[in-house]
Amino acid sequence: MTQPPPALVSVRDVTKVFSNGVTALAGFDLDVFAGEFVSLLGPSGCGKSTVLRLIAGLAQPTEGIVSWPGSTDDDHRGEIGFVFQDPTLMPWATVADNVWLPLRLRGVSRHDARDRIAESLALVGLSDFAKAYPRELSGGMRMRVSIARALSLKPRLLLMDEPFAALDEIARFRLNDDLLRLQNDLRCTVVFVTHSVYESAYLSSRIAVMSPRPGRIIAEIEGETPGPRTKEFRTSSRYAALCAQISQVLLDQTAAERL
Amino acid sequence: MAFASMSPYGNPLKLVLPLIVFAAAVAAWEAVVHIEGIAPYILPAPSLVARTLVADWPLLSRSLLTTLGTTITGLVLAVLGGVLLATLLSLSKIVEYSLYPFAVVLQVTPVIAIAPLLLIYMPQDAAVLACAWLVAFFPVLSNTMLGLQSVDRNLMELFELYGAPASQSASARLRARLKALWYLRRPAALPAFLAGLRIAGGLSLIGAVVAEMAAGSAGAGSGLAYRIIESQYRLNIPRLFAALVLLALTGIALFVVLAALNHVLLRRWHESALQREV
Repeated sequence: MTQPPPALVSVRDVTKVFSNGVTALAGFDLDVFAGEFVSLLGPSGCGKSTVLRLIAGLAQPTEGIVSWPGSTDDDHRGEIGFVFQDPTLMPWATVADNVWLPLRLRGVSRHDARDRIAESLALVGLSDFAKAYPRELSGGMRMRVSIARALSLKPRLLLMDEPFAALDEIARFRLNDDLLRLQNDLRCTVVFVTHSVYESAYLSSRIAVMSPRPGRIIAEIEGETPGPRTKEFRTSSRYAALCAQISQVLLDQTAAERL
Repeated sequence: MAFASMSPYGNPLKLVLPLIVFAAAVAAWEAVVHIEGIAPYILPAPSLVARTLVADWPLLSRSLLTTLGTTITGLVLAVLGGVLLATLLSLSKIVEYSLYPFAVVLQVTPVIAIAPLLLIYMPQDAAVLACAWLVAFFPVLSNTMLGLQSVDRNLMELFELYGAPASQSASARLRARLKALWYLRRPAALPAFLAGLRIAGGLSLIGAVVAEMAAGSAGAGSGLAYRIIESQYRLNIPRLFAALVLLALTGIALFVVLAALNHVLLRRWHESALQREV
């Protein structure tokens, strides 16, 4: 057996207590390996988003560490793309300028960023909308812009916080497929927060199921290997079995709580 | 926003109907004065007001320019001061805690009432200007502050992720705040700032008028409000009406200009300036 590669990000025994005294996470462990598509699945308020914020460095753990074993840099913010539940676009700026924002904040002029902006917009299929304003777009298109913005820095790690939760199912299915294709093209790693069993089963190479607050991982389920899914996958027995397996874990969890 | 109704895309009735009502009211006024034979020193007919406006134009136009100058200077100073202070308050909590309560006190006190006091301490034009500035200042300050604070929290996080400096020194932190101010807070504050500006425009005119009236009895003023007081003393009621018309027109012009500015700056992205789809 070969030695497993070091994790891209390693979250070790992390506890997070908010200033209002709420313990969001307790004894949370997660290793994310390069190329994976990890879903964090759990009920609302179980600290899923907190995990993403800790990985991004937007919050500091109360106890435990978040480390990047394969890297000696301290600052990993340039390697991270973050997509929120809301598109959180700047309403006063065009689509292209919104995608430019991360580059602009890093001091890249618009002229130099032109190719990167065009490339990012092409990846999400919005090349024709560079000049549009966010309010002129549909919810799904806004989310695509948000993803294009996260991709503009060519991140190694894409953190997504329930990005499709507010979209209708048809738009979500399309974006699910687009996301898998993107991950395959860009060879990036994704940590994806969701409360949808079906979404996690469809997308993930690994599903980490979390307990209610204080959150920790109660089960890890192997999913499909990363990459685009075939048309048949959504109706396949493999997909149904995955959904059933995940649902069972959640049901057991709820039953255990009632006792 | 009312300006939408003045745009060429709006329903023409919205423009035509008020004009008809206005013309009817003026005609009724004219008729009543003639039929009842009301003396011009009690109620001048609109035609007489118009003739007075033309005849006294050299005098009234000078007064108009004075009042307009005071109003606009007061407004510009209020914008400069209000935006500068709001920016400082948003950059530093210490400055905010120390100064904001005084700004509120300034607002809740009817500062108009200190106009007579200002007239004691300052030369008259400066006192009038100070009064216009004082009443216009607060809406700019409070609205700009509100706007600067209304940036989407997630956008600020995004900013922290991509833009904040790695080093934690005080100067680096200040630079990061200035950057956030310029890239995120400034555009986010624009709608609220413009709302404050529209309020301040009207208030600046009111401030100038009130101060001129307070100063009026002291004699040396020459603005429109001073003309009104003077005409009243002299029972020159047609001229009083003419000055009043000019004041009203000034207020309308100010409103239209500021509403147009609002429309031009926000029409591409802000809800308040959007044309409703029919």
